[in-house]
Amino acid sequence: MAADTLAKVLYIDLRRKTSERRPRPELFEPGLGGAQAAIRLLEEECPQGTDPLSPENPAILAVGPLTGLFPLASKTVAMFKSPLTGDLGESHAGGRSAVAIRHAGVGAIVIQGASDLPVYLVIDGAKVHFRDASAIWGMHRQSTSGSIIRARESGSGLRTIMRIGRAGERLVRYASVTTETYRHFGRMGLGAVWGSKKLKAILVTGRASIPVADKQRFQEVYDEIHRAAVQSELMKKYHDLGTAVNVSHLQQMGGLPAKNLLEQRYAGAEALFGERLAESYLGRRLACAHCPVACIHIAALRQLYEQEPYFYKTSMISYDYELLYALGTMLGVTDTEAYLRLTDAVEAQGLDAMSTGVVLAWATEALAKGLISTNETADVELKWGDCEAYARAVSLIVDQPNEFYTVLARGVRAAAEKYGGEDFALAFNRLEMAGYHTGSGAYANYITGARHSHLDSAGYSLDQKALKPGEHTPEKMAEALLKEEQWRQVLASLVVCFFARGIYQPDVVIRALSVAGHELTEADLDGLGRRILAAKHRFKEREGFRWDAYELPKRILEAPAPAGPVSETELRQTVEAFARMAGEAGRLTT
Amino acid sequence: MPNRLAVIDADRCVGCQVCMFACARWQGAGGVGRSRIGVQSAGGMEHGFKVIVCRGCEDPPCARVCPTDALRLRKGGGVVLNEARCIGCRNCQEACTLGAVYWDDHDEKPMICIHCGTCAEYCPHGVLALEPFDKLTTADAGAVVEEAPSGR
Repeated sequence: MAADTLAKVLYIDLRRKTSERRPRPELFEPGLGGAQAAIRLLEEECPQGTDPLSPENPAILAVGPLTGLFPLASKTVAMFKSPLTGDLGESHAGGRSAVAIRHAGVGAIVIQGASDLPVYLVIDGAKVHFRDASAIWGMHRQSTSGSIIRARESGSGLRTIMRIGRAGERLVRYASVTTETYRHFGRMGLGAVWGSKKLKAILVTGRASIPVADKQRFQEVYDEIHRAAVQSELMKKYHDLGTAVNVSHLQQMGGLPAKNLLEQRYAGAEALFGERLAESYLGRRLACAHCPVACIHIAALRQLYEQEPYFYKTSMISYDYELLYALGTMLGVTDTEAYLRLTDAVEAQGLDAMSTGVVLAWATEALAKGLISTNETADVELKWGDCEAYARAVSLIVDQPNEFYTVLARGVRAAAEKYGGEDFALAFNRLEMAGYHTGSGAYANYITGARHSHLDSAGYSLDQKALKPGEHTPEKMAEALLKEEQWRQVLASLVVCFFARGIYQPDVVIRALSVAGHELTEADLDGLGRRILAAKHRFKEREGFRWDAYELPKRILEAPAPAGPVSETELRQTVEAFARMAGEAGRLTT
Repeated sequence: MPNRLAVIDADRCVGCQVCMFACARWQGAGGVGRSRIGVQSAGGMEHGFKVIVCRGCEDPPCARVCPTDALRLRKGGGVVLNEARCIGCRNCQEACTLGAVYWDDHDEKPMICIHCGTCAEYCPHGVLALEPFDKLTTADAGAVVEEAPSGR
């Protein structure tokens, strides 16, 4: 069996314009990569107290042992210190990034330092090229810079092009890195970290084959996973209407955050239902590399140029639940096409859609309440449903022409600290909230998750499961959240898409790892999950995160949730129990 | 009657590349480095995909330019490579109008589809099919390399 290249790490120094591949098998032992390798690298590379926008903050990308071997092992893990939250920055994206990195013959990439001139990187197998990106810096649409690089470089079909937009260049703290036009390393501001390094884009390509221990067994385990993927109900949901199906579900149960959570369902939300989008706009579905599901839904929006009869353009705009929530329901939008145009404006700039929507929702309410005036908003009259006004504000968040927009570019919490309205600034650990007002499980998840992401521990799902009375005790909720988050560390180290968590049960993971040459037991995996999460907690605490010092915007307690109002006592007890259990797990693993 | 691989409808392609992984896996390798079929975006994923694979020409240009007769006509279309005779000159790669001759960088030999149909078995969305050689397919009537139109 030829040597696997997963255990190699590519170090790139942007200041010196040098690169080096080092074997680092210890990061990948005993058979995981992704989040495990990335958090170990972050601990090594990021000194305590590092300014997230300084050259000392490393930008790490990692893939795992199942990448390139099995379906739905399609994600790359990015790790860095977050300029938005000030502690752990972690973001996952698919597209072709994971498979391309694996084919380039490495398991992880560490970007160090900062360049003097804008650059983009071409990682072609063993070679690394530093290319001048001055001419594409400042370009208005990130997709244009992507297509320029696509045309200029080779490797079509086997490559990924990860890039930032103007939001990243101008250090908006919630700027994303976009890959393959429609996938994002979102949320925690990786785009701003790249921007601070003058790093416009990274193209990765390669053709390295991945060795397997037993070819016959490889085929058998592959078929088992592939069949499950194409036949399962969960996969059908993601394939058919996609995550957009959630809008009508949440509207129905009254857990849909609308108008900055002043409402939990509203008349007109039908315009944003997955069913409506599929019927009238679905123009194409796309997949990440090695994913038969194809959950990426693209709307075809035909638009007439005003005052020019017969002059049309057709834009292909992706939609997903989280965008429909943040740029739709949170802003009280009732017009499908207006929503799509706003999404397009946000995508063009390379902003995180969720943070952007929550920031704009706060600003709308702050303006209505008189905390700010049109002096601050530069004459933009923000009001629910007015997507044109919101699109203008999006540009201004990136341009930052005055103090108000400069503060908005630092997140909703920063804005509320300056202008007030903290009770309705919907963020947890400074990360703008996700689109689930389902109950205390969702909020405990936002507060305790290592990334403060709804995907850390799926509290929204615990809320929605029909539980027997009394099953929702803080202790039991905390235990369920912690267990889920620990297991997801394993999935994020393989690296498997969380949508496939129903398929990648422990026994399947063990069989798949065995094909990749790693013999692990379920107990081993549980232990690894605990250790990886504990390492993330260590990093967070080292950078100032405190379990007992979290903001709790009053709005979430006032807004009725599907199972009655969220109880502050219960929520605080859940967080406390979680912190205690996580602390115990951490002590056991050090 | 031997079968031949056909691209039935490239507009149905979602770009998952599961066909490429299937081709490499059939050869015992993980990843897509050994794939003899390629899926590329048609100028950005918003414009869909092109599927590039041997169409099993009856009079294949690749075989015509082979200086050592390493590529012999396959019964039912396409070619079969005799690796022992191949000197790795890349003439076949340059001659293929479709760009369907892939290259093994390690052994310096062409990698050409043998029309086994494994990729079609795994295609989740009905883009590929193995068809009897005598059947005039959509692909035969047009081109095997199909580009999806952009937008709608």
